Amino acid sequence: MEYFVQQLINGLTLGSIYGLIAIGYTMVYGIIGMINFAHGDIFMIGAFISLAVFLLLTSVLGFAFLPVVLLIVLIVAMLFTSAWGWTVERLAYRPLRGSFRLAPLITAIGMSIVLQNFVQITQGARVKPLPPQIRGGVTVMQGSTEAGTIVVQLSYMQMIIIVTTLVLMTAFTLLIARTSLGRAQRACEQDRKMAALLGVNVDRTISLTFVMGAALAAVAGLMFLLLYGVIDFYIGFLAGVKAFTAAVLGGIGSLPGAMLGGLLIGLIEVFWSGYFTVEYKDVAAFSILAIVLIFLPSGLLGKPEVEKV
Amino acid sequence: MVLATEKNAPVGGAAARNWEHDPVLSVEHLTMRFGGLVAVGDLSFDVGRGDITALIGPNGAGKTTVFNCVTGFYKPTEGRIIMRHGPGRQESTVDAVTASGLRWKKEIGSGVFLLERMPDHEISHKAKVARTFQNIRLFGGMTLLENLLVAQHNPLVVASGFTFGGIFGVPSYRRAEQAAIDRAVYWLERTSLIDRADDPAADLPYGAQRRLEIARAMCTGPELLCLDEPAAGLNPRESAELNALLKFICEEHKTSVLLIEHDMGVVMEISDHIVVLDYGVKISDGDAETVRTDPNVIAAYLGVEEEEEIDIPEVLEDVAETVGDPSGIDLKSKGGSSKPKSRAKRGNGKGGKA
Amino acid sequence: MASSTTGVKVSGKKPAGDQAETPSRGHAPSPAGPGGGSRFQGSLRDAATAAFVAGVLGFFFIGLRTDIAPGGLDIKARWTAWIVSILVVFAGRLALNLFVFKAERPVTLGLAAQLSGVGETLPGLSKWLVRLLLVFALVLPFFLMTVFPSKQRQFIDLAILIMTYIMLGWGLNIVVGLAGLLDLGYVAFYAVGAYSFALLSQYFDFGFWMALPLAGLLAAFWGVILGFPVLRLRGDYLAIVTLAFGEIIRIVLLNWYQFTNGPDGISGIPKPTLFGLEFSRSEDGFAAFFGLEYAPIHRFIYLYYIILALALITNVVTIRLRRLPIGRAWEALREDEIACRSLGINTRNTKLTAFAIGAMFGGFAGSFFATRQGFISPESFSFIESAMILAIVVLGGLGSQIGVVVASVAMIGGIEMLRNLGFLTQIFGSGFDPVQYRMLIFGLAMVLIMVWKPRGLVSTREPTAVLKEKKRIGAEAVAQGEGH
Repeated sequence: MEYFVQQLINGLTLGSIYGLIAIGYTMVYGIIGMINFAHGDIFMIGAFISLAVFLLLTSVLGFAFLPVVLLIVLIVAMLFTSAWGWTVERLAYRPLRGSFRLAPLITAIGMSIVLQNFVQITQGARVKPLPPQIRGGVTVMQGSTEAGTIVVQLSYMQMIIIVTTLVLMTAFTLLIARTSLGRAQRACEQDRKMAALLGVNVDRTISLTFVMGAALAAVAGLMFLLLYGVIDFYIGFLAGVKAFTAAVLGGIGSLPGAMLGGLLIGLIEVFWSGYFTVEYKDVAAFSILAIVLIFLPSGLLGKPEVEKV
Repeated sequence: MVLATEKNAPVGGAAARNWEHDPVLSVEHLTMRFGGLVAVGDLSFDVGRGDITALIGPNGAGKTTVFNCVTGFYKPTEGRIIMRHGPGRQESTVDAVTASGLRWKKEIGSGVFLLERMPDHEISHKAKVARTFQNIRLFGGMTLLENLLVAQHNPLVVASGFTFGGIFGVPSYRRAEQAAIDRAVYWLERTSLIDRADDPAADLPYGAQRRLEIARAMCTGPELLCLDEPAAGLNPRESAELNALLKFICEEHKTSVLLIEHDMGVVMEISDHIVVLDYGVKISDGDAETVRTDPNVIAAYLGVEEEEEIDIPEVLEDVAETVGDPSGIDLKSKGGSSKPKSRAKRGNGKGGKA
Repeated sequence: MASSTTGVKVSGKKPAGDQAETPSRGHAPSPAGPGGGSRFQGSLRDAATAAFVAGVLGFFFIGLRTDIAPGGLDIKARWTAWIVSILVVFAGRLALNLFVFKAERPVTLGLAAQLSGVGETLPGLSKWLVRLLLVFALVLPFFLMTVFPSKQRQFIDLAILIMTYIMLGWGLNIVVGLAGLLDLGYVAFYAVGAYSFALLSQYFDFGFWMALPLAGLLAAFWGVILGFPVLRLRGDYLAIVTLAFGEIIRIVLLNWYQFTNGPDGISGIPKPTLFGLEFSRSEDGFAAFFGLEYAPIHRFIYLYYIILALALITNVVTIRLRRLPIGRAWEALREDEIACRSLGINTRNTKLTAFAIGAMFGGFAGSFFATRQGFISPESFSFIESAMILAIVVLGGLGSQIGVVVASVAMIGGIEMLRNLGFLTQIFGSGFDPVQYRMLIFGLAMVLIMVWKPRGLVSTREPTAVLKEKKRIGAEAVAQGEGH
């Protein structure tokens, strides 16, 4: 039981990170109907920027008060990563808007390769370890078995991740539901041409979607960095694929779906590692994706697609 | 399970009524629900062999849904759809097939197919029901000739020895392909498209695309041809040509035709039999003259002052729901299905009148 | 250092600053209104914007570098590189603005006209061009041996590599180009083919020629197994599930130690023989049998001809299939699945056939890969391989056989050529290693080619049946399959 609760906490933490990345996928897919393959690498970029800002603040400028440092890191990383997201859209996707469907997918894969290799060349291929910054936590449960006592811990780090995710999720849901930007986004989702005719600046709306997605990915990057303490130029691929899996699982185009899918993928992964084998955790996540799609082709919270004849 | 003639259909003149004694297609108690919406409710009608049968009704009456059920694109919620090859009602075979759980039974010169049990491609391949689409579905990037060859897929696959023989270029396949091309050329000539045989279908003007779709459907060698608004968007001259083509198909090829049409000129001129739908139920059934004078039809087309005359409260409820709920309207604007849209429109129109 | 690469990247971008004025894309001459001075000013402003963006993007990557240092991580500044990168972007952008984007007569105009001219005359020439290419491919090893005797082995190896990708591209073209099913996990079948041969040789002592058909069949079998559940899915869902399957197969290969030897891979895979003759120094080897002097290059030439033959078989089969009902059904499926069903085509079986046949050729290529390398490990079958093969198919032009050849030669050959640019070290200093930039340039090329020609290099479709006159069909009429 204790073991189960601990896994549950770990799963939710990991799932939050996936969920944050998944939102970027789901928003972009919703609005222009393409898989932004480079989004996983935007997450990686976010993690690298976070690391650089963190080191700048602590070792160069000598800031020591951690909460302020982390807040600054968060804001700077979100800003700069957004710039990357914006540029990728501007360079690789906008020229192909309205072009045929596979072209932006290929440029997206190309951009993913470019980002990975750009970071590899400029920052080196070796992993960057960052010692844990936030230590400690609270004990949630305690139990004893034959093997000894098991302590279920909810670390401060995990709390921060889950709370931040919740806050951001709420903020974004409100943003989409209440603001004119959200309305413009939903309009573009429904019918881009009509939205343009009605005076919605489609290009700007799409750009902002990418910017928002990138900002959330930056948050996820920072959390990943703090949680695991190791990043390299390749983390974007797997995290990206899993986050996309999460987005599809939850029903692509749906924000709550992305979050739900992220949590589910995180839980599946952690529980599979905890109870079965670590090696096959990705297989488990992908298999669940395939099974869900086969039996529920529009995901858990997606709108069912009626075949039009 | 014999379906009695509907109360609306007048009695008498039995000799001319193909659909009563020799129906190629029988739709029995067909019901199709989408969620809470009843698109077609307990609909029964027969299509006579060798007839041109028109399915008419105002927008959103459920005509296309009936088509989609007949051709297997939708699985009906309830009901039975019988396709017959060979003469007569074949009651005993129909009952035997229904009881047996089989999808069809075929003998030389006759056959009974329960379409609601069959997947769409089998309906075309085995039951020999071909169709066209309301919003034309051609293979735009393929030439006209290729379009018509794709339609002859099944016989050609057999002739190509399920591809294996074809890869090695067996002569029997070459002969079969030549025959297929000849058949395609025949239909291209019939539809006056032969000059453009080597052009991609997407380059054709609208009217020609409609004709090509009919030619393509005919290349499958159907017993029953279902046409979804074949005259939509045609100019009067093209409409007249279409009439001639349909008559030719019916008379020369003994193919029965079931069509959905709004153009009453076309319908009244060529139809042997007309079935009128409104809100998913049949309101009239008979030959052109019967239907033309049926007060129910006039009410449905010209509108009625008191809504009570349409005596189906649950359908009206659906209408009200769709109209009242903005999301319902939203839904329709996105998709191709015209049903919710037209319901909403009609509802609004009535509201304005009242 | 890295500045040059950023320069390339950002210079590829379309006007950033003037999006408000000219939202329409394309290289139409700029509006007649502005005179020369304001055009220059506009270009300048635009270039400044681009430089600013480059500065922002590069700040944490070019300007700073984190490194592992004794006491944890260390951060170093590289301001020169950062400033140089900004300047390069500024200059490149300005030049592009002045001469291409905003110029009255873009310098690329002539080039574009020439290229399109080539495209128009191509159909007439293509028959001869294809024959010429075929002859060239047939004599290539001897050509290379005569012209580049010092580098013959390296070049023949490169030719083998390119030919492998051509074959894979042709195989995937059946699935993506003809049937319109977006498959992002094609490498799985490549892996199945490679591992089938490796394991058959390890456990049952199979030789290459015996294992080859089995490997193809196994791959086709896997194609059906994986294809069966996913064929109901549309477009991007299909893409992501195939990607997932590709990853699953790789992870299983990686972790099933007892069977596949895990990440260590399988080594000692036998080389192909010529009717039992080995390409070795031994008495009964190929050289001795034909009375030739033994040379290791013989084996490479032989490998080249094997892959050439396999690729040509793939091509011939594909061309024939296109003219058979099944091939027409694939293309019809790509155009309109619902119409296909209304014509009595069993779409599920049709899709499965495409999957299986595509997978089979992938399996053949995988077997060949195993025998060429003599060693395989799961590392060779990562997603990037699938992406590269798909890129070749799409860049070449969906459904176009010759396009695959052009794209393979350009992408694989071009990238490998970077290894030969040793002279660049003289310009950029000894620390400069062009090979490092391979994948970066590959990615950039993917983006640039797609932006330049979204429908691929060869975008017209050839009809499969002709009544009177063969006319090629323009890309705008041809559909791309799932997910419209």
